[in-house]
Amino acid sequence: MLHSATERKGEGVSLEAHTASVRQMMRACIQCGTCSASCPNAGAMDMTPRRIWRCVQMDSFEEIFTSQTFTLCSSCYYCSLRCPRGLQPADAMAALKCIAAARQMPQHRSSTLFYRYFLRSVRRNGRVHEMEVMTGYFAHMKNPLLPLRYASLGWKLTSKGKISLPRPARGKGKLDALFAKVAQVEEEN
Amino acid sequence: MADKIDRNLSHSTVHVTLSTAAKPMRYLYYPGCSLEGTAVEYDLATRALMQALDIDVIDVAGWTCCGATAASGVSRLLALSLAARNLALAEAMHSDCDLLVPCSACYLNLQRAAHAMREEPQTRAAVNRILADEHLSVTGTVRVRHILDVLARDVGADTIASHVRRPLNGQTIAPYYGCQCLRPYAVFDDPQAPASMSPLIRAVGAEVLPWTMGPRCCGGAHMTTHMHAGMDLTGAILAAAKDADAIATVCPMCQINLDGFQKKIARHRGAVLETTVVYLPQLLGLAMGLGPHAVGLQRNLSVTASFKNALRSLEASV
Repeated sequence: MLHSATERKGEGVSLEAHTASVRQMMRACIQCGTCSASCPNAGAMDMTPRRIWRCVQMDSFEEIFTSQTFTLCSSCYYCSLRCPRGLQPADAMAALKCIAAARQMPQHRSSTLFYRYFLRSVRRNGRVHEMEVMTGYFAHMKNPLLPLRYASLGWKLTSKGKISLPRPARGKGKLDALFAKVAQVEEEN
Repeated sequence: MADKIDRNLSHSTVHVTLSTAAKPMRYLYYPGCSLEGTAVEYDLATRALMQALDIDVIDVAGWTCCGATAASGVSRLLALSLAARNLALAEAMHSDCDLLVPCSACYLNLQRAAHAMREEPQTRAAVNRILADEHLSVTGTVRVRHILDVLARDVGADTIASHVRRPLNGQTIAPYYGCQCLRPYAVFDDPQAPASMSPLIRAVGAEVLPWTMGPRCCGGAHMTTHMHAGMDLTGAILAAAKDADAIATVCPMCQINLDGFQKKIARHRGAVLETTVVYLPQLLGLAMGLGPHAVGLQRNLSVTASFKNALRSLEASV
């Protein structure tokens, strides 16, 4: 289920073809830097949003995907609100995340694995089972120290009756059909 | 941008006039996954508040996840389909009611899907092919409304004030809006200098903390994948709220970032950051005389002793 068609669709498609839609979204960028100045995460990024858009325009894939910048977009939409060209940079950041997820880029494993386990829980149960997402994510990250960061929160949430242990997976997932159909429609396009 | 707000506001004003002229207030209700788990008190408080205000809420039957932030980072079509499935379920209920959504992330996803269904015929056709297996179809005509929008504009501060039994006199509240109920769709408030919560807070007798952090980002899901970046953003909000008795929130993600990691962030910043964080419907409900249990206050992760004491003494003074 983890390696469904939706997640594998990047294979066989060139990176250039994949990024064409992002280039189209940011084609009219005039490099004014309003996005960088508005971004609450710019300080934590290795490359500013403005520079990412230049790389997108120039097809500099290596720079874009070596950078962690797009994974640091927290979807606050200040850039989309303020862009003087009326572009949607936050949506373009999401599109870059989609490419990294589809191509399973190892350097972006942390973010894409989290999304993948999240969606696996949705596919199985129809609704997110928060504990299932975190246990799956922790197991796959193979970092024994990672769960400790959340141990205190996990304990608090459990004692407040807000999360429960995941149920074992049995039978068909509630949204299997929807996920499969999305993959099919994407394949056709 | 001003144009966008004006257009949206005038559009909504027409609608509000129509709905308040009619029968009792009623909404379709999409709780979303968090409200069944980590934000269960948001659900309890919202339902209790609506009941106290004599407003009917009808759950969307068979609702599923809106896609959260995860789906839009994997596939746009998947994200739109997951959200649109719920719009289709709401439309199938053949109601002329608006869809009430407390979670800001769900609100944005449903709003985005509704816009895409109305404005992108090709996308709508693709999504309808995907939903056809379940005999569902979507047009995007259901009006998606955030709970703050409904409280501020449909209910209004005057109605809230008329229901107050236990005014929160002497309490200073920091109104925290977060991002996704304000941006990118500027439907009911100024997306950069929001103020819709202030009249509601004053209506229950409390004071509003003057601050500029209301619309700032808490880091969203960064606390899982980029913890340091997340702690910087959430920490700045907690630090700016140090003179408030409580922070009021309208989003489960903001809430857990602000109340779930206070000790960790305090260690990270080397400062004391213990602050009460409550959902806005909890705060309004408490002032309207609902008991702490009725609004799920025992489930909050950060309610300080002084806030509890203040509630007790307000109770005693009634």
